[in-house]
Amino acid sequence: MTDITLEDRSTVPVGTSDAEIEQAALTSLRKRRQTVLFWRLAILVALLGGWELAGRMTWIDPFFYSIPTAIVARLYEWITQGTSEGPLWYHLYVTMEESLAGFFSGAITGVIIGVALGRNKMLSDVFSIYIKLINSVPRVVLAPIFIMLFGLGLGSKIALSFVMVFFVVFSNAFQGVVEADRNMIANAMILGANQWQLTRHVIIPSAMSWIFASLHVSFGFAIIGAIVGEFVGSRYGIGLLINIAKGSFDASGMYAAIIIIMVVALIAEYLMTSVEKRLAKWRPVPQHDTH
Amino acid sequence: MSAQTPDAPSIELINVSRRFIAPTGKSLTALKDFTMRVDEGEFVAVVGPTGCGKSTTLNLITGLNKPSAGEVRIFGQPVSGIDPRIGFVFQTDALFPWRNVIDNVVAGPMFRGRPKAEAYQAARDWLSRVGLSKFEHHYPHQLSGGMRKRVSLAQTFINEPKILLMDEPFSALDVQTRVLMHEELLKLWAGSKASVIFVTHDLEEAIALADKVYVLTSGPGMVKSVYPIGIPRPRVMAEIRYEPQFIDIAHTIWNDLRDEVQRSYRQAGLAA
Repeated sequence: MTDITLEDRSTVPVGTSDAEIEQAALTSLRKRRQTVLFWRLAILVALLGGWELAGRMTWIDPFFYSIPTAIVARLYEWITQGTSEGPLWYHLYVTMEESLAGFFSGAITGVIIGVALGRNKMLSDVFSIYIKLINSVPRVVLAPIFIMLFGLGLGSKIALSFVMVFFVVFSNAFQGVVEADRNMIANAMILGANQWQLTRHVIIPSAMSWIFASLHVSFGFAIIGAIVGEFVGSRYGIGLLINIAKGSFDASGMYAAIIIIMVVALIAEYLMTSVEKRLAKWRPVPQHDTH
Repeated sequence: MSAQTPDAPSIELINVSRRFIAPTGKSLTALKDFTMRVDEGEFVAVVGPTGCGKSTTLNLITGLNKPSAGEVRIFGQPVSGIDPRIGFVFQTDALFPWRNVIDNVVAGPMFRGRPKAEAYQAARDWLSRVGLSKFEHHYPHQLSGGMRKRVSLAQTFINEPKILLMDEPFSALDVQTRVLMHEELLKLWAGSKASVIFVTHDLEEAIALADKVYVLTSGPGMVKSVYPIGIPRPRVMAEIRYEPQFIDIAHTIWNDLRDEVQRSYRQAGLAA
């Protein structure tokens, strides 16, 4: 018999106990997050700094390209003293009113019609050709028509936002309904669900992730609709501010307006994600892999 | 005729054929002159090679599909629409992933309009019977395959079905879990005395569970032979496979089934 000598404890490499492995994984995760954050900030600083520098050294013409500090100054001026067309908040309020009205009316109609056509094969066979036809029209060309029909006020912008949102939400809702699991539907029917219960408790929840995916994009589309409408003809709104800035070669004003819209869109995106997270708490959380 | 003819078998398929027409116009016969009878409280297993129309049979009984010829009756009445006395357990997960365990189980009674408090009380009761009381508020994705199946069983049994149709319900589970599920199923069934049709491709599973085993021919599906299984109940699922009587029966039926399996394998090879 040979003697088996146990390895001396002290030669065991550190970091093999569960606690140590977990600790190491946490540390590396934190490090990774810091690296990502660092590079994000570095790129932002480099871009803005480069722009500012190029403008100040007149490598680019600040009259056309503006510079970050001038844009910030213009924003500050708009916020504290208002724009040449009246208070900034009122313009923002009008644009938001148009976007939200277009977004909600478009999304609700899109979901209702998408679910209705998705549930009814005959309806969808008949109408699919018309929807394809209308969908092939680039939406922005409708702006002048809507201005003509609904005037310079709220109506024309809401109509444009509506058509921008409707088709995206509609086609996703339709697809979501069509792809609902057949077994799950059969199960619900055998358990005793009538057609309405089936739609309400099975079809719509299973189409929900498709619908939410479209809502993310379509809020951006709603804002585009409102602003394009304002370009073409309006008395108030962020689109009008951009249009006026363009007319007076005010580059800083245009960028300032763009930044306002960016902030609004980001806030909306954040709100949407948090609502979605609440509704989708049944979905599996992705697991982290240890190496 | 009364709603329930006395002495009528629970389920009757009389010379049933079922033909599928593809959009191209080509037709495929899944079932041909199929005749089957399940008496009240009887546990029938159906085995056969892949694609022999086993699942089609079940869909005809639920009323989700209609026969092309012949007649399907439950309790002596021709099938028209989905009968509330039927319960169905699916092969794949048919739970609603956005509902937690108890909301899944309560679905049937709620759809059928039972008062909410009563329905939840019944659901809690069924969950405790399948041993999942601690998991009421878990979502399906947080459970193991065996636990999800137990939720499915509770979801089906809460409606107190008189007819229980099962379409390869345990085929996705590992062998050990499957034996536990057999035990669970027989326990629930003994309490309900429903008539069962259990479709499977696993011959041993069929013999272990059933009173009668139907062997189908490879497509188009016809009844090849019927074997009564005389093993007395209650049966012990963990041991039954090793009893000489079981092995004898399995051997006899396998001799019969083997030809069909080989034939279906050759057909699939030709089609490919």
